[in-house]
Amino acid sequence: MRQLALEALDGAISLGATYADVRVIESAERYVSTKNGKVGQANSAESLGLGVRVIASGAWGFAATDRMTRQGVEGAATRAVEVARASALVKEREVALAPEEKHEAVWSSPFQIDPFSVSVDRVLDVLLKIDAELRRVEGVTLAEAAIQCRRLRQFFASSEGSRIEQTRVYTGAGYVAYSYSGNEIQKRSYPNSFGGQHMLKGWELVDELRLLENAPRVAEEAVALHRAEQCPEGVFDLILGSSQLGLQIHESIGHPIELDRVLGTEANFAGMSFLTLDKLRNLRYGSDIVNAVCDARPEHGPGLGTFAFDDEGVPAHCTDIIREGQFVGYMSSRETAREIGEGRSNGTMRADGWNHIPLIRMTNVSLKPGAGSPEELVASTDRGVYMETNRSWSIDDKRYNFQFGCEAGWLIEKGKKTRMVKNPSYSGITTDFWNSCDAICGPDYWTLWGTPNCGKGQPQQVMGTGHGASPARFRDIKIGAAYA
Amino acid sequence: MPEPEALTRARCREIFERVERFSAADEVEILLAGGRSALTRFANNIIHQNVEEETTVLSVRALVGQRTARATTNRLDDASIRRVVEEATSMARLQAPDPELLPVADPCSCDEVDRYDAATAAASPRVRAEQVAKAVEVAKGQSLTAAGIFSTGVSAEAILNSRGLVAYHTQTRAEASITMTGADSSGWAKANALRLEGVDLGALAERAAQKAAASRQPDEIAPGRYTVVLEHAAVLDLLGFLAYDFSATAIRDQRSFLTGRVGKQVFGANITIRDDARHPLQSGSPFDGEGIPRKPLTLVDGGVVRDIAYSRQAARAAGVEPTGHGLPLPNEFGEVPVNIVFSGGETPVEQMIASTDRGILVTRLWYIREVDPYEKILTGMTRDGTFLIEAGAIRHGVRNFRFNQSMIELLNHVEMLSPAARAAGEEAFEMVVPAVKAGAFHFTEVTKF
Repeated sequence: MRQLALEALDGAISLGATYADVRVIESAERYVSTKNGKVGQANSAESLGLGVRVIASGAWGFAATDRMTRQGVEGAATRAVEVARASALVKEREVALAPEEKHEAVWSSPFQIDPFSVSVDRVLDVLLKIDAELRRVEGVTLAEAAIQCRRLRQFFASSEGSRIEQTRVYTGAGYVAYSYSGNEIQKRSYPNSFGGQHMLKGWELVDELRLLENAPRVAEEAVALHRAEQCPEGVFDLILGSSQLGLQIHESIGHPIELDRVLGTEANFAGMSFLTLDKLRNLRYGSDIVNAVCDARPEHGPGLGTFAFDDEGVPAHCTDIIREGQFVGYMSSRETAREIGEGRSNGTMRADGWNHIPLIRMTNVSLKPGAGSPEELVASTDRGVYMETNRSWSIDDKRYNFQFGCEAGWLIEKGKKTRMVKNPSYSGITTDFWNSCDAICGPDYWTLWGTPNCGKGQPQQVMGTGHGASPARFRDIKIGAAYA
Repeated sequence: MPEPEALTRARCREIFERVERFSAADEVEILLAGGRSALTRFANNIIHQNVEEETTVLSVRALVGQRTARATTNRLDDASIRRVVEEATSMARLQAPDPELLPVADPCSCDEVDRYDAATAAASPRVRAEQVAKAVEVAKGQSLTAAGIFSTGVSAEAILNSRGLVAYHTQTRAEASITMTGADSSGWAKANALRLEGVDLGALAERAAQKAAASRQPDEIAPGRYTVVLEHAAVLDLLGFLAYDFSATAIRDQRSFLTGRVGKQVFGANITIRDDARHPLQSGSPFDGEGIPRKPLTLVDGGVVRDIAYSRQAARAAGVEPTGHGLPLPNEFGEVPVNIVFSGGETPVEQMIASTDRGILVTRLWYIREVDPYEKILTGMTRDGTFLIEAGAIRHGVRNFRFNQSMIELLNHVEMLSPAARAAGEEAFEMVVPAVKAGAFHFTEVTKF
């Protein structure tokens, strides 16, 4: 693996590349699921390949191959340089990178139990017990549960001398109870939608999630939604559960701060950002209690965006994004950092495999906790709606206007959660929303959620990102427009 | 028909022979996919990303009694193939039997479709860069900024099983899309074809530039219910959210909006939607994830939900013949039609606009998500070319809207259809669809640009 990478690197430089980096990635994954008492999927996959990224004639080129022979990787290096020279036909200036030190490192993410060591029949046993609990509740018409794990072994080498080995192990688990009745489909997911919770952990995550313990409640709520009244339409105070707030952070803080969007290089697909360069340190993004960071360091927690080095060989950073409501930072790459005059990339370049180039991607974009409990939040709310677990999500291509739907809501009247409401949704404008935040619960209620399905780039890449959040309150939010 | 070097038929047979040799399962099925793809990406009037990749993937499904599992690798040496065969077999052995699981499919005849073009397969980075240069020239000529892609690729896929089934398909693909951006406006266009010659990035650039220029200084108008003219890409991206519901398994699971609606008049009488893998404007393989030939389906006939897709297993449960729309097993979803042909009419978009007193012309939709699974309410945004139509003419660009719209309601309010064309969007797979004029489309909010 290492030798072939270095041969590809040498090959690219000998062909005239002025910069080159190579990533070799060996991945293994397993996905086991159940559906209504039977096996849904029992799949495993492995992949090994190499990607060569070069600057030649002042422009970028990239080629990837899974022919892991000397001939295969030399061919990839040759094509990467050829592609770069073609890029140079439509350029205005030479690509330039912010400086980065040479790094030599070996790092592995910690875990207690290797999820690949857990046999498939034991995984199925866990899932089928959950399935039985869900379907024990009358009215549940479809139960689905899944556990997945992934291991990535990566070697990065650059023509500047970096040599970095990283191994990461991820685990995810969750389930959904559906209920079809009276021409209405309702569902409840646990511990989150998008396949549940996903973290840079081993099998111990499955034990920590208390999956079986929560199954009866989740199933009962799915059925109870049919009896609940429709979420009212109007302006209410809104309290979001932490997983929904995690997605809100993802869409309305995480994406807008991507410097490639800001600089226009994602304009054709993912879109651009309202956070134009003039807004840096000049925009009140949120209220005084809103503090957000982009933090890939292991000390932030075992998130889907946790690593030691990004895919340009830049060490994991913690970057302040919003400090006491003020917008203070972007996520950058070596190229974009240089373009805006920053001295160094803050290390957010990530690729979803050996066959794709790294892009600026969220690492762990998290809202710092405040103080107090969810119970105190409810008790201090006169007229509001509490919503949890995402059901739909949409935001415009500059990240202003959003609308989210949740699986379940509860009315709050005079400091008490009074009754469940179905089909809750809320919408707004990003900066108005964050400026209306007047309470964020404390660290005891803070969870680092994993979003496993973030799409970006052409060809599209799917990346996992982390979002720490505790429940929070937003004043005077537009509720219920989705069903108006 | 030519075959990509990385995955010829002979290579497929040779790999399958090794799988069979290493297998202790009762039956095996393999799925092979391989090829080379390249994508030249541009923004700010330069090429800023430019990539190529080649890969060959082997996926082995083992059956042990009425139990099955799948293991996949891109390593094709003997040791790796042996490893994935054993992995699939051992994962299958650890399960309880599934009485509904069928043996692998018997051999069947599946006529090939010619979707391969040598010039497209051989397209070089220079060919793509020259197309991009044309688009950038258009942008600079109109003081606009261009961003987009030009991509080409060649792929092959095959399914072989231990009962002797062999299904093989190869095809090429070319695609381009472009967003032209001005100070306060943008325009977009996209095309996708089997052959390089079917995609003209220069022409797409002209179209996107015209939209960007025409939507300068957009007005903000109030949300509400409007007559809309939805261009082909907008129709496609909405329709993509219906396809997965025309599945026998989804209906049996009661998660399809067609639960209780098959055979009923669900849409307007002017709505007919078919699935036809062999349509001349379609792409993709003519067989499904088990190698079963894809049969044409009339999903909606004059607004009545008629046919649904059946995998082998769903067909057995329902006592009907499989339609050739099954997904690779094992899976929870059963089947999906992916060669959608929405029958068009004869009204060109220009005539739709001319017939509209007050309405909105939508170029493209974005970030569409399902709000309600049974009423099929979708939300999303307009993007890159949204215009007010008044008195039969485009008046000016407008700020983009958020919509919350039931697809059932929309397809009951279609007033006019254009001729159907092969179209490409960003939220769904390519289809053959018309542009439509429809009444009472529900825009619920407006954004800031």
